[in-house]
Amino acid sequence: MAEENAISNSNSPTLVVGTPIRRFMSATELDTRLLGMVGALALIWIGFHFLSGGLFLTPRNLWNLSVQTASVSIMATGMVLVIVTRNIDLSVGSMLGFIAMLMGVMQAEILPGMLGFGHPAIWMLTLAYGLILGILIGGMQGVIIAYLKVPAFIVTLGGMLVWRGAAWWATSGRTVAPLDVNFRLLGGGPGGAVGYTISWLLAGVACIAIAVYLLYSRRQRRRFNFPQRPVWAEAILAALGFGVVIGAVLVFNAYPWPVRIAETYAQANGIPVPEGGLFISHGIAIPVLVAIAVGVIMTFVATRTRFGRYVFAMGGNPEAAELAGINTRWVTVKIFMLMGALVAIAASISSARLNASTNAMGTLDELFVIAAAVIGGTSLSGGVGTIVGAMIGALVMQSLQSGMVLMGLDSPLQSIVVGIVLVFAVWLDTLYRNRAQ
Amino acid sequence: MNQQITTPLVELEDISIAFGGIRAVDGASIDLYPGEVVGLLGHNGAGKSTLIKILSGAYKRDSGEIRIDGQDATINNPRDAKAYGIETIYQTLAVADNVDAAANLFLGRELTTALGTLDDVAMEAKAREVMGRLNPNFRRFKEPVKALSGGQRQSVAIARAILFNARILIMDEPTAALGPQETAQVGDLIKQLKSEGIGIFLISHDIHDVFDLADRVCVMKNGQVVGTAKTSDVTKDEVLGMIIMGKCPPGATPGPGAMRI
Repeated sequence: MAEENAISNSNSPTLVVGTPIRRFMSATELDTRLLGMVGALALIWIGFHFLSGGLFLTPRNLWNLSVQTASVSIMATGMVLVIVTRNIDLSVGSMLGFIAMLMGVMQAEILPGMLGFGHPAIWMLTLAYGLILGILIGGMQGVIIAYLKVPAFIVTLGGMLVWRGAAWWATSGRTVAPLDVNFRLLGGGPGGAVGYTISWLLAGVACIAIAVYLLYSRRQRRRFNFPQRPVWAEAILAALGFGVVIGAVLVFNAYPWPVRIAETYAQANGIPVPEGGLFISHGIAIPVLVAIAVGVIMTFVATRTRFGRYVFAMGGNPEAAELAGINTRWVTVKIFMLMGALVAIAASISSARLNASTNAMGTLDELFVIAAAVIGGTSLSGGVGTIVGAMIGALVMQSLQSGMVLMGLDSPLQSIVVGIVLVFAVWLDTLYRNRAQ
Repeated sequence: MNQQITTPLVELEDISIAFGGIRAVDGASIDLYPGEVVGLLGHNGAGKSTLIKILSGAYKRDSGEIRIDGQDATINNPRDAKAYGIETIYQTLAVADNVDAAANLFLGRELTTALGTLDDVAMEAKAREVMGRLNPNFRRFKEPVKALSGGQRQSVAIARAILFNARILIMDEPTAALGPQETAQVGDLIKQLKSEGIGIFLISHDIHDVFDLADRVCVMKNGQVVGTAKTSDVTKDEVLGMIIMGKCPPGATPGPGAMRI
């Protein structure tokens, strides 16, 4: 009964008109922009696959790609909120270096002296320490921007120099290594991936979550007699979601541990090595899981909380947000604190992956992060942007890098291509927006 | 009438504010009773909008008193003003262009679910209800406000002001962006809100917008109050004289800005 009411509701925004493609798009309520980006990504992948002689679309490369993207994509989710409010954060790369350095000293030199090497609490204490540092640094920059009214560009440009210098100063330029055994798992590698079984379990959980979410939003719409998506559209959405999850896990599980490591592991655990070598799946890498979790949480924060709503309202019209009674300054500080926390997570992943903290770590990351957000559809004039878009943007950037490495392109050429692609992508986006208006 | 008996809803007394040496509002006093419409008139730059922004918390006064229900009120920002039931519809409409109508209606006061997350569905349902009352033709709930026409944006701004049981409503040039039909709708709405006991400040530089709706008019010139009058005691021409020359007619109570003869 309710279903019928909903469909006959005269306020239905989903007018079923036009070509089958338009009908499909409006029924599924998919974002055309996002689909365009996924299409571009697919083109890049297929293009590189052929240009590199079949090296790109392999489990090994895709697995590595996922790990390489993790750090930048985590920071890009925060950069979206920063840019949406018409600010910018140029300091994330240097902040990453500084936080990674202090976390390195903490876990490699301070905590082992107190707790003993390899103590299981070291990685947690280090991570908490990093998060607090990130929040403090971000908060401090946020306060200067929001309350002292120094433009974000200048504050974070200053921060870029300050934190890079501080990272150097902290250990007089010395590289800190090796890092804590458990902390290192955050960086991926054979040990830092969850393996075959857990990957499938997680895939199951993700599929259930997708189904529950679709059902829940359907029920919510029915509660207020809003128009529903047609059932076939829901089915397609669910199938797409399941497909992405299952496909990713298939790929990640198809990438085995390197032979030597697998043999060592087999010997240590008394497993007989079969003919043709032992096949131990990597499964999903821990940094990738962290990035996915960050993406989900940040999407939730951006779309389902008051804070997120205020961020977008401030980006659309700062004066209106202020007049609506939003404490815009405090929201700005919170955005930069959040950005700092995300930088700390990214710093953990980057340093764990390298198994060292160096003072050059994160150099130029700010530009990759901003580029990822912008390629992902975040408008520099404020008010527009999505978390998913930024993460796909990060994947596009990383795919370009990795593809050119596989092709054996010289590194000066790589920078040139990335730079041109960035400008081209934003130009395309401008065209799209002008047409959409 | 009974204005001597009841306490005024709002009293602004001897309010002054200066911007870089320019006294935008200079010793202005004005009051408003429940169920009353007061038209605040004056040229562009006379200080009307500035005075009213002090009441709505957008500006902080340099000196003077604000009393609500006879009690001293502390209004330092828009949040404070809203806590007193003061709602404002700004000349610029002050809507966030990039979010939809429901998000704008509830901006700063979002409905949340038991878990503390945004209850978009409930907000949209409520928005449909309120907008249905104001502007039954309004259908575009899912689109960002920037896609709406001037009149539709105006209805969003008005709906936002009346959604939270305002007691004092400030409308700054409410019909500036509207066609004749929508202007008449706003007029009906003002009468309806007035009958509910809401006090309304109507701000305009155009006397025709205001004269028929207002119970009293208050005219400002160069940041000072020229005079206040019941609309039944003065003619439109006399009010025009107040606006243009600062000449206070016999039916009005002169203020500090009245021309000295």
